[in-house]
Amino acid sequence: MTKSLNDSVCMAFLVSHPDEVRVVSRRFGQGATNLERYLELDGYKAVRKALSMEPDAIITEVKNSGLRGRGGAGFSTGMKWSFVPKQSAKPKYVLCNGDESEPGTCKDRLIFEHDPHSVIEGVMIAGLAVGARSGYIYIRGEYRYLSVIMQKAIRDAYAKGFLGRNIFGSGRDFDIYWHGGAGAYEVGEESALMESLEGKRGIPRIRPPFPAVVGLWGGPTVINNAETLASVPPIILGGADWYAKIGTPKNGGTRLFCLSGNLAKPGVYELPMGYNLKQMIYDVGGGIPNGRNLKAVVPGGSSTPCLTADEIDVAMDFDSVAKAGSMLGSGGVVVIDDAQCMVKFALRTMKFYQHESCGWCIPCREGTDWLKKTLIRFHAGGGLKKDIDNVQYLSENMLGRTFCPLGDAAAMPTIAFVQKFRREFEDHLEGRPCPFEKEGAVEQLPVFAD
Amino acid sequence: MKFSEEFEARFAEMVTHYPIKRSVLVPTLLYVQDETGFLSDEVIAEIASRLDLTELDVRNVISYYSMLTTKPRGKFNVQVCTNISCMVRGGEDILDHCKKKLGIGNKGTTPDGLFSLEEVECIGACSWAPAAQVNYDFHENLTAEKIDRVLDEYKNKGTQ
Repeated sequence: MTKSLNDSVCMAFLVSHPDEVRVVSRRFGQGATNLERYLELDGYKAVRKALSMEPDAIITEVKNSGLRGRGGAGFSTGMKWSFVPKQSAKPKYVLCNGDESEPGTCKDRLIFEHDPHSVIEGVMIAGLAVGARSGYIYIRGEYRYLSVIMQKAIRDAYAKGFLGRNIFGSGRDFDIYWHGGAGAYEVGEESALMESLEGKRGIPRIRPPFPAVVGLWGGPTVINNAETLASVPPIILGGADWYAKIGTPKNGGTRLFCLSGNLAKPGVYELPMGYNLKQMIYDVGGGIPNGRNLKAVVPGGSSTPCLTADEIDVAMDFDSVAKAGSMLGSGGVVVIDDAQCMVKFALRTMKFYQHESCGWCIPCREGTDWLKKTLIRFHAGGGLKKDIDNVQYLSENMLGRTFCPLGDAAAMPTIAFVQKFRREFEDHLEGRPCPFEKEGAVEQLPVFAD
Repeated sequence: MKFSEEFEARFAEMVTHYPIKRSVLVPTLLYVQDETGFLSDEVIAEIASRLDLTELDVRNVISYYSMLTTKPRGKFNVQVCTNISCMVRGGEDILDHCKKKLGIGNKGTTPDGLFSLEEVECIGACSWAPAAQVNYDFHENLTAEKIDRVLDEYKNKGTQ
């Protein structure tokens, strides 16, 4: 196949807002893919500092910073690192998860595009903390131009002696390799990610044992999202207290929020943890355009339950969003205006999960398929009243019954769509055409009585 | 089976990055496919033998990853995202527009072999929706006019 028409077609558009606090994004647009430029902008200072620290001191610093996993689960990063056994007969690894595929999420893309060395530095510091000597940076296959950027960054770091033998003259060795995917959402799940890196289908592994104990090729493995790892160097340089203070209690630092959907100014903005969602939509994102009103928001990527327009006065940190009945997730804020049909939105979400279910666990494989079929029929006017409860019942029976969270990721938003927009589901019953579609846009399906 | 020097150099290096050589399989298949257009029986046999795998092992992996294909595609594979962020900003209209303009359906290929069309899941361009990828190039903030221009540009490039 052919190369790019020109390089610029791949570059994502940058935005800014006065409320932003730039920690992870501080080098965006600064030419930091160039190693010399990265060094001018405090590059590789953090890993030098980490080399002079005891591994436990690095872990304590990261724990105290309140950094929590930016991939979506929000688990304490320092805690995760502390689970790796000190002694291990098998080699230990650090694995950077750059298989960004959660619908609504496009932040890791910007990190790889503008600041690839910060990820390399984060992987190195994680490696020093847990006693690993090599790391892998896994980037999804669709992000080919980012793989090119990352491979060059790794080569440049080797050429400078920052990677390989005797890094920075410390007597220690550290290797980093790039690895690429080939199109699979499921591979963003940590155990499926390892399967993929081992050259297999991305099917999840049962836990325990957790990757920190038995991971890549059986060795203890730390797996962190790219944004999480890119947050580590500033923490080591600026200190845990500084980072923790930016956010809210137990939710340290900033987050790259990907604002998308029906907004006047969509874009990726770096805001402090705990930033108010309402302000994020109406101020940072510029509100809802075209004279429309807000109907719902998906706060953290497609697998998080939606919030209605009345529920958006919430602080965007892991604990506050959980308290509001959803999840902060991956930082993908999808804004939905009142011209959108929630049945169709639920259907499109389920179509995605049905397509991406790896088929390993039956509740997920069958559940997503039946839910998709039911929702297609519903949207086309062929639904029965009892189907509404059926959708919820099927979803509830998928929860917690699969090896990996993909089943939950499909079920949780669906339950919320039904509970919060039941009226819209009812408006589609008994042969009624979808009130949001143009006439004739959806082929009507017959209603089958029992 | 002969691949380019660039591929061979990359393969020879990458295979040293892992304790078990099978690990190189997924990125290798994508790089091979970039050269050959699709993963033919011959390519599969070659990769399997290099990595001491059965052809079935390789086929099992190919069938899992959505970017890998055992069937020829057009020279330019137009991948239109219709997932949620793109959908609420008109991604489906972009897909319909492409279908009409190219005269093919989802997963179809034009008779001249220049274009194929695919409805894809989230490509990570949510804040710049609606978006599409042509091969590996991102095209974002699309309108019907913009995708027309993009497709015309590829067409000119492909028929030069």
